[in-house]
Amino acid sequence: MFDLDKWQEILSTIKKNKMRTFLTGFSVAWGIFMLMILLGSGNGLSNGVAANFMNDAVNAMWIWTGETTIAHQGLKPGRPIQFRNDDYDLIEKLPGVESASGRYFMGNTRYSYENESGEYTTVTCHPELNDVEKMELIEGRFINEVDILQDRKVVVIGKDIHTALFKEKPALGEYVRINNVPFKVVGVCIEPGSTRNRNAYMPVSTAQKVFNGSNRLHNFALTIDGKTLQESQEIEERIRNTFARKHRFDVTDESALGMYNKLENYIQTMRIFQAIKIFIWIIGIGTLIAGIVGVSNIMLIVVKERTKEIGIRKAIGASPASVVGLILLESILITTVAGYIGLVLGTGLMELINYSMVQSAGDAAQQGETVFLNPTVDFGVAVAATLLLVVAGTLAGYIPAKRAASIKPIVALRDE
Amino acid sequence: MITLNNIHKSYVMGSSKLHVLKGIDLDIEQGEFVSIMGSSGSGKSTLLNILGMLDNYDDGSYHLDNRLIADMSEKKAAQLRNEMVGFVFQSFNLISFKNAMENVALPLYYKGVNRKKRNAIAMEYLEKLGLAPWASHMPNEMSGGQKQRVAIARALISQPKIILADEPTGALDTTTSYEVMEILKEINEAGITVIIVTHEHDIAAMTQKVVRLKDGRIDEIIRNGELKAFRHTYTKELETA
Repeated sequence: MFDLDKWQEILSTIKKNKMRTFLTGFSVAWGIFMLMILLGSGNGLSNGVAANFMNDAVNAMWIWTGETTIAHQGLKPGRPIQFRNDDYDLIEKLPGVESASGRYFMGNTRYSYENESGEYTTVTCHPELNDVEKMELIEGRFINEVDILQDRKVVVIGKDIHTALFKEKPALGEYVRINNVPFKVVGVCIEPGSTRNRNAYMPVSTAQKVFNGSNRLHNFALTIDGKTLQESQEIEERIRNTFARKHRFDVTDESALGMYNKLENYIQTMRIFQAIKIFIWIIGIGTLIAGIVGVSNIMLIVVKERTKEIGIRKAIGASPASVVGLILLESILITTVAGYIGLVLGTGLMELINYSMVQSAGDAAQQGETVFLNPTVDFGVAVAATLLLVVAGTLAGYIPAKRAASIKPIVALRDE
Repeated sequence: MITLNNIHKSYVMGSSKLHVLKGIDLDIEQGEFVSIMGSSGSGKSTLLNILGMLDNYDDGSYHLDNRLIADMSEKKAAQLRNEMVGFVFQSFNLISFKNAMENVALPLYYKGVNRKKRNAIAMEYLEKLGLAPWASHMPNEMSGGQKQRVAIARALISQPKIILADEPTGALDTTTSYEVMEILKEINEAGITVIIVTHEHDIAAMTQKVVRLKDGRIDEIIRNGELKAFRHTYTKELETA
């Protein structure tokens, strides 16, 4: 196979027919280049959106109460529904629910430390909230089980609160006054995926006791054990049925019990991306076909153009096989090199875009404010596409080359 | 050297069949200098192509160097052409993107001679034909005479037994034609059989044997001794023309 002399002959032919070489190579390089960009963008977009979803647990679910709108079991519509602590115990044990956190709404809360003060949102919670919302702790710890059991007056504050109240000073172990009640700061956190970190987290049991909450709760944040859309909908259904029975409202009454299922949302978004991916593939395959047609066309012309040369070569002693080999090896060499160039340029450009996106997004990118992430193409796909073009070029060259090599040298020589 | 026995050849042109050679019997000895003449359509080029194994025949037999040339594979024919025959064409048929030296060296490529060696040999042949200064020129930078000399060098490089020339002077002016004929004569004197196809009497008159074809048959064969008479008739033909 490897015959130095043969390759020298091919290289000298390529060198002296630059236009032909360029045209053949260009259609391959362009096809691969476009394919890389298309697939890369698709992957980048899909990765970016997926990453945004990942900031919170994708299997998260939120449940809140409202007023009934449908009469049920003799009860009038317009009746408010209220969660209580026993509802938390109930939902926590429901099959399909992984972890649950209840929240009691406190309204406006004023935080003060020494001379600084400000109004911030207090999220009262169980330790499980961290499974749902995935806070990132800069210092200290999150609320834990003991805090709940002992109704400890502790608080985890957002980074912005820390900056506003404590400036440069450490907050850990200090006491802040929340609506004039001192709470010990046990942690400082940020929320990935958000630029505002103005929430503080407090054990729900403490909040109920200190701020007249009795045993009332307003919403639940859960993570559920459902991999598919159907599973997660089943769990949703189960929760709704359980509460409808307990609080005596119609199961179909959407305003009595509100639910937001992130998994459902995630799966639907991913379905859209699946569709976009298919669409991109269709365009990509179209681009490849255009490349194949381009290469085939050029190979046909090349063979036509070389008919006389083939005649001469045969007259002076070239066998048909050596003529076909010469043309095909030339085409394989050109398409492979060109395909590789297209591959490198395409992935290079995508890397450049990725790099500049990361640079310009800066901090925001780290916090998930990006729609474009890691726009790379599967290496196997890239190689397969290049191979496909090489094979197409070879086939497209083989048929006319074979024909040209089998015609009588005199006929080929007569071809002007 | 060459023995043709009742060679027939016809071409199918659509629905009609064109019978070009209608039984050719011809013997050519080693070292002869032969010209094939005839009006256009008399089958002279077809005969030359059959002699050069560029085309096959329908009927009869063709022995080259005591070997029957029939039903050969393309590969075998190509190999035999490479060993036995050198071609010179009217339109030179040089490869346009190769320079003079590379064109001359090409037959040796198909013989498997390495690049360095075949280029050196090509230079030798170019020198013999007075073309050494043009070795790196491309065909389109050379005159017709130069191109034909490059083609002759290419025909000679594989040291063939026979040189077949199809109207070698057809595209050249008289002076250049005579120069080319002079070269072919020298080649012949070195012992190589030279067969040319021509329709020019003065060119044919420079050969030792003239085979005149008429309507696919051999009309007459004029041998060396009779060339004087041939010259006579040829001038008469010129006068009447």
